[in-house]
Amino acid sequence: MTRFAVPGRIAVSEQAAVWQTATLTEIRRETPRAATFRLAVPGWAGHLPGQHLMLRLTAPDGYVAQRHYSIASAPDDSGHIELTLDQVPDGEVSGWFHTVARPGDTVEVRGPLSGFFAWPGDRPALLLGAGSGVVPLMSMVRHHRARGLTVPLRMLVSARSPEELIYAAELGAETTPVFTRSAPPGVAVGRMTAAHVAPILAEQPATGWEAYVCGSNGFAEHASRLLVAAGQPVERIRIERFG
Amino acid sequence: MNVTRGFTGRPRVHNPGLPPGQYDARDDWPVLSAEVTPDLAPADWSFRVDGLVERPHTWDWDAAHALPASAYEGDIHCVTGWSKFGVRFGGVSLDAFLNVVRPRESATHALAYSHTGYTTNLPLADLTGGRAWIVWEYDGAPLPPEHGGPARLVVPHLYFWKSAKWIAGVTLLDHDEPGFWERNGYHARGNPWEEQRYSGD
Repeated sequence: MTRFAVPGRIAVSEQAAVWQTATLTEIRRETPRAATFRLAVPGWAGHLPGQHLMLRLTAPDGYVAQRHYSIASAPDDSGHIELTLDQVPDGEVSGWFHTVARPGDTVEVRGPLSGFFAWPGDRPALLLGAGSGVVPLMSMVRHHRARGLTVPLRMLVSARSPEELIYAAELGAETTPVFTRSAPPGVAVGRMTAAHVAPILAEQPATGWEAYVCGSNGFAEHASRLLVAAGQPVERIRIERFG
Repeated sequence: MNVTRGFTGRPRVHNPGLPPGQYDARDDWPVLSAEVTPDLAPADWSFRVDGLVERPHTWDWDAAHALPASAYEGDIHCVTGWSKFGVRFGGVSLDAFLNVVRPRESATHALAYSHTGYTTNLPLADLTGGRAWIVWEYDGAPLPPEHGGPARLVVPHLYFWKSAKWIAGVTLLDHDEPGFWERNGYHARGNPWEEQRYSGD
């Protein structure tokens, strides 16, 4: 039987218990369905790539809606954090962000939360994401670039089409996109397969990869099976499923 | 109160079964495990209770099924915010297992562990008195692997990360020992009615 007892990557701070006011400073469209929301949080304790936060909106009658969102930005962002949100059909929180929110609005956040999916930038990282599952992985890619880290980092990211690929203009040589519905001329259309994963595992660093998988449960099941089949140890696969 | 400009939210439904900060997931049952779903057949499954007990014991699939059947019908609550109403789990009450091993007076807490190595801690009092089950059926069908099949722990009055999937055993202790998520910042007990989500709540 395989063993999972994978420890967290960092100690988690008690600061996460405090709700803080976050002020929306900028909205950037990423794809037809996704946009990035930049928030000023002066008391932000800092986070590691891969961590998430809890966010809440409050109606005039006191009704509260709260959701967990992955942090998209790298840690070194002086009191700012960025979230990239899909507009979910009938989503009361994502719907507010996409149709009502404007710079100057305030929301409340607490975090960062959970040290399990965090990447401090120490171990070689193999990132597999789909759709908005690329968001916490992009925080890792940005951190890697911002710090000029030399530790190996590779990313496989699945999207329906080039138009739906979040952060497309920002992706570099570390990233291989996989398109499931339509692709640019000369690029295959289809799911992520063993053929995408095997070459990366074949050229793994001496210490092996720490694998981070993020996306829907369907994608997480598929991608984690590909990794296991290609020889990645189960205890070095960290999964964040969007539910 | 920090009102969000222009936010109205979903139509208000008075639902006394919904703990604070939760929403009704309706037909959804999100899967949120942090590890690879194990390939675990019923024939390879076992469940052990040990630690501060008179007679440590291990049950295989058939032996566990020979205990008196017991079902949970009610609600479940996940720390990520969704609650699910009117679920039906079939299995055996944890009391039936504890009656065999006989906990010692000194046992106050438990560490539940999975066949994957996942762990979660609970006060022993949360596992007794008809409030916890080992289940292998959901809605009359075998529990799917993604949801912890072939068998999982169900402790429905606490946030659902306490209901360890792919349950392999429970060790009784005389102290509280944080499990997997509890070491990653989650609350030691996780009572949804007191919104004990994270350490410090």
